[in-house]
Amino acid sequence: MSDIVLKLSGIVKSFPGVLANDHVDFTLKRGEVHALLGENGAGKTTLMNITYGIYKPDEGEIYVNDKRVEITSPHRAMEYGIGMIQQHFSLVPSFSVAENIALGLKESKILPKIDLVRKKVKTLAERFGLDVNPDSRIWQLSAGEQQRVEILKLLYMSAQIMILDEPTAILTPQEAANLFKTIKEMVKYGASVIFISHKLKEVLEISDRITVMRHGKVIDTLQKEEANERILAKKMVGREVVLKISKKPPKPREIELEVKDLWARGDKGPYAVRGVSLDVKSGEILGIAGVAGNGQRELAESIYGLRKYTGEVKIGGEMMHSLGVVSRMKSGVAYIPQDRKGVALCGGLPLYYNLFLKKPFRIPEFYLNPYLFNSSRLKKPSEQLVDEYLISASSLNLEVKYLSGGTMQKVVLARELSLNPKLIIAVHPTRGLDVGATEFVYKTLLKARDNGAAILLIAGDLEEIFTLSDRVAVLYEGEIVGYSKPDESHLEEIGLMMAGVRRVKK
Amino acid sequence: MSQNIVITTVAGAIRAGTPLLFASIGELLAERSGVLNLGVEGMMLIGAFTGFAVSYNTGNLWLAVVVAMVVAALLAALHAFMSVTLRANQVVSGLALVFLGSGLSGFWGQRYVGTQAPGFSNLSIPLLGKIPIIGEVLFDRDPLVYVGYILVPLVWWFLYKTRAGMNLRAVGEAPSAADARGINVSLTRYIYTIVGGAFAGLGGAYLSLAYTPMWVENMSAGRGWIAIVLVIFAIWDPLLAMVGAYLFGGISVLQFGLQVAQIPIPANIMKMFPYLFTIIVMLFTSGEKMKKRFGAPSALGIPYSREEKT
Ligand SMILES: Nc1ncnc2c1ncn2[C@@H]1O[C@H](COP(=O)(O)OP(=O)(O)OP(=O)(O)O)[C@@H](O)[C@H]1O
Ligand SMILES: [Mg+2]
Repeated sequence: MSDIVLKLSGIVKSFPGVLANDHVDFTLKRGEVHALLGENGAGKTTLMNITYGIYKPDEGEIYVNDKRVEITSPHRAMEYGIGMIQQHFSLVPSFSVAENIALGLKESKILPKIDLVRKKVKTLAERFGLDVNPDSRIWQLSAGEQQRVEILKLLYMSAQIMILDEPTAILTPQEAANLFKTIKEMVKYGASVIFISHKLKEVLEISDRITVMRHGKVIDTLQKEEANERILAKKMVGREVVLKISKKPPKPREIELEVKDLWARGDKGPYAVRGVSLDVKSGEILGIAGVAGNGQRELAESIYGLRKYTGEVKIGGEMMHSLGVVSRMKSGVAYIPQDRKGVALCGGLPLYYNLFLKKPFRIPEFYLNPYLFNSSRLKKPSEQLVDEYLISASSLNLEVKYLSGGTMQKVVLARELSLNPKLIIAVHPTRGLDVGATEFVYKTLLKARDNGAAILLIAGDLEEIFTLSDRVAVLYEGEIVGYSKPDESHLEEIGLMMAGVRRVKK
Repeated sequence: MSQNIVITTVAGAIRAGTPLLFASIGELLAERSGVLNLGVEGMMLIGAFTGFAVSYNTGNLWLAVVVAMVVAALLAALHAFMSVTLRANQVVSGLALVFLGSGLSGFWGQRYVGTQAPGFSNLSIPLLGKIPIIGEVLFDRDPLVYVGYILVPLVWWFLYKTRAGMNLRAVGEAPSAADARGINVSLTRYIYTIVGGAFAGLGGAYLSLAYTPMWVENMSAGRGWIAIVLVIFAIWDPLLAMVGAYLFGGISVLQFGLQVAQIPIPANIMKMFPYLFTIIVMLFTSGEKMKKRFGAPSALGIPYSREEKT
């Protein structure tokens, strides 16, 4: 048997206006972890969707174990031992974990053999360190748990080639560490893994080989030993990237955002934000660190008026009401939510509409009549924004759901920041972004700060917090447990506070 | 005396509820696969008419039932073609069926208006039918009522316990997940839309072969719409659909009871109740979490394509 389990040769795939894959060659060796790296929109997901039978390639051949195969559907891919965990999970929400795994199995006849599946799932879960209860319903599980179900699904079908598309984007650092253990375990059992990520550190940690894509083409394939963060970043973006951004000392002025004793409930019922008080001054960035799920999202939503709360929120000295988004928009608050697809953008609307969703209050285009708008008048300012924020899209009329994740984020940033906001609430602003785009976001946020905006930054990634913030607050179980300085020397202190071990009284 | 009123009301509720039951079980199956078929009223009418015509001309009641189901299923197949293959707007296509069904049945039925045909008569079940009161109410009915009794638990078992039922639910809830597991989404939608149509035809046939064995134009009188509402009322659960069908049947019978007892609630108000009930149920079940818990088909009305992004 040859060493190469999967070979893609000359793959071409075009979408209206973009050549997403341009004669791509790719090989996967038995037992290796092969990282796929590239800017947002480079065509990584497209290439993998072709391998998994979701897209049909325009040209090109696929070989599995040296045999030419036609992969016409994900089901067919599974038969060749290829499994994929997509960025958006494909699970049935009302089914239990075991039922999801049993779905479509040929070994059951009229009645599904749930008990058998449950037993097998339990052994697999133990062997690979995947902690899930086979009887929980999917809708009750966190994103991390759902991902484990997806992995179990692949293991159950004994997939030999596993494709993981940005699996760590939604995970807490601990969960990511566990995932890596599982991946190593799977490789030991003979699987080969294709791993997509934007986090260079991770890529260097987990993979044996690294392939870099840009604009639909493969730029290079490197051994891990030949690579470091700087080399990879440069290959991805095609220019030097400043990974460590230096910032000017802050010039904080008056208090822009003042929060007093804020309480808000989470989706499941109990309080997720428990008496938070904080303030952010113009010209400074307050970073909120914390393990995901400690009330970050709820805090941001409350401050922006999307979630009911009790307590006080003052913006620019003015008292805000719970659930009053419009008054916040009028006071110049920009909001970059963590769920850009669900909250920030309308997937079915063209790009240039999305750029102006929040504008009616401000721009001259609407002064004549705020209730009517003339779409052709939006095009010119849209073009400016597209240029300024380096949004790569084939046309202004493209529906945003067709944009890659990073491009979507740029659309959100362009819309929110072009209003010259006084206060910016940013939640995971670089999640899923490539290094180039991340650098761009950092620079943009810092520029806004230097121009006098107050910024509340919520992020799971400590490095991001350190890079941007002027002060750091740590959120644990809905409370601010302490403040710290944003540099590496305080790493341990912050880590302990994030874990709830240490509290610093203010 | 009052005991008699109760017996006639409950018995009447079951009779009036049975056509609703068949039609809503049919719609439930189609919706579980992700296809919204608003054409129930039309399919019931065409079922009622063809059933009646076959009974009139041949006197064979069971043949009449089968023909009614097949013809209604053909209409449903048209809807499946429009919404699955052509990916057309399901609301528009469903409404088209309503007009098609009422138009065709009205046109072909002109020469039958006011005539009578052989209909089902009551059939007491040995032993069970002898139980006082209960036997009379439940087990001294026409055979199609018994079909309803058996059908519901069967559909429930099918939906929640069998592999095919699991596939069906997956297709309606997460078509891409089902697709990735090798389940043919389009075929599944075709099958259950067509089967759903057949049940709507059965509901229609019940009207013209058992409820009132004669042909009256537009004799379904809005029951097709109630059946659609019932599916939501029942949160896509066959057992709840049965409860709802008999309940809504009971409300329509109560109208006469109240008139007889001279309690002045206008009939128009009574007719509102099923919808009112449904709105109340929807108030409690419409949250996103709730829908996931009950397995409501979240892909309802959305054509599926593997390459399309949502
Ligand atoms: N179904 C589709 N229809 C139209 N265009 C598409 C479709 N899927 C992807 N594209 C386009 O193809 C290009 C490549 O997208 P792809 O999702 O493969 O990028 P990616 O490398 O995975 O990016 P990211 O890191 O942001 O996930 C992008 O320009 C994207 O807009
Ligand atoms: Mg991608």
